Amino acid sequence: MNSKNIYLDHGATTKVNDEVLKEMIPWFSNNYGNPSSIYSLGRKSKEVIENSRLIVANALNSKESEIYFTSCGTESNNWALKGICNAYKKKGNHIITTNIEHHSILHTLKYLEKQGFLVTYVPVEKNGIVSVEKIKKAIRKDTILITVMYANNEIGTIQPIKEIGKLSKEFDILFHTDAIQAAGTINIDVDDLNVDLLSISAHKFYGPKGVGALFVRRGIRIDNLLHGGAQEKTRRAATENIANIVGLAMALKIAVNNIEKYNKHIKKLRDLTAKLVIEQIPETIINGDMNNRLPGNINFAFRYIEGEGLLLFLDINKIFASSGSACTSGSLDPSHVLLAIGLPHEIAHGSLRLTYGWDNSEEDVYIVVNELKEIVKRLRDMSPLYDK
Amino acid sequence: MYTEKVMDHFSNPRNVGELKDYDAVGEVGNAACGDIMRIYLKIEDDIIKDVSFKTFGCGAAIATSSIATELIKNKHVDVALELTNKAVIEALDGLPPAKIHCSVLAEEAVKEAIADYKKKQGIIIETHNQCDDCCRD
Repeated sequence: MNSKNIYLDHGATTKVNDEVLKEMIPWFSNNYGNPSSIYSLGRKSKEVIENSRLIVANALNSKESEIYFTSCGTESNNWALKGICNAYKKKGNHIITTNIEHHSILHTLKYLEKQGFLVTYVPVEKNGIVSVEKIKKAIRKDTILITVMYANNEIGTIQPIKEIGKLSKEFDILFHTDAIQAAGTINIDVDDLNVDLLSISAHKFYGPKGVGALFVRRGIRIDNLLHGGAQEKTRRAATENIANIVGLAMALKIAVNNIEKYNKHIKKLRDLTAKLVIEQIPETIINGDMNNRLPGNINFAFRYIEGEGLLLFLDINKIFASSGSACTSGSLDPSHVLLAIGLPHEIAHGSLRLTYGWDNSEEDVYIVVNELKEIVKRLRDMSPLYDK
Repeated sequence: MYTEKVMDHFSNPRNVGELKDYDAVGEVGNAACGDIMRIYLKIEDDIIKDVSFKTFGCGAAIATSSIATELIKNKHVDVALELTNKAVIEALDGLPPAKIHCSVLAEEAVKEAIADYKKKQGIIIETHNQCDDCCRD
């Protein structure tokens, strides 16, 4: 049995970088002043937040005044959609999105639909990428917002954000992108992309959990999600989470500085995994386009088996991964993303997502592939669908 | 999430595979739901002499299949017919709420297999497949 833990779920979360953690600690203890306070202890906190904002702005090629810190990626997405829809509802009430967005987008849109907004869910192609032409066709006179994720969390497919940005500018429609999975592995330039709003979350790029950011282009109106204070230029009330903000900025800076090295490392491991699994495990499908894809992401569907059993056996062998399977979430429906790319239910149930990171090695890949080979065989031998 | 008993039956399932020369077989669930359970029975003089299963499904589905085969082995078919999902849950020291349907499937699979045996004797037993109500392809 495999003796060490192998973490292959960097799409779920990452561990905090040592340097980042070191930088955060003083802001929990010695430097605990409230940034809104007038005395020096408070001013020091205010100053580090503004420095952090500058670091984030530089990383995204935006202005400092366009960066707002939030409590997480989910809040950034909620705020972007609810804030824009409420501020622009006199202009129109139609929103365009895709059918593979994260639930923090899809569930927020469901909520907005109940408030009277209309949403077009443009279906992605079989490769997991949305067609810009289909987005264009969905545009109406009353469309106020397009929201499309930069990269999908399950199958890693990268969406044509720059092209959609161009389109939205041409039609004078606001454009938000959920870049939570993309930040840290894709260089982001908000001007080049023509996005008006962009969400990120620190714990996906070796920063702490519980902090995110939202880029809001200057001149755009956005209603508050939180009321009760003048923080974040009156747009988001709440005493700032200083240590986490410091952590987000530091983690993003490190990620951006090492992006090429990181991508090369995880892509090598990912490509090796894909090659070995396809060679050694018959009747296996790779979900999602292999060219326009996050470098560390691979998503397999193993026919005739169900994903939860796979994850449990991997866990027994100290391998931590995730699946788009129904049973992991306790609902009967398999992943909406896998269904959106046209997988039938029974195949979508047998999916596995592996997402690589800094700590993984080639040795991990060989261990995982060997375990997978045995586990898949074992589960298939038990499966009434596999009469071979 | 799962009890030790569930994990034991999931990772070392009893009576797994297809029986040679089985006398009856029952299958419930459907692939769209993510669970299919098939139970094979070898019966002599109304006594279940041997039993096995094949299951496509989550950890709980495999564990409930495994324990159900243990609970009905060497029992009279009429006794086995009375197996309830509650008995399956108790034998596993509990199941998470979202997995209760797996114990129902195990009960239904046993009933389906016995109904197949009884049918050959000209006796019709009414069975039920919960997935017929909840899932569509």
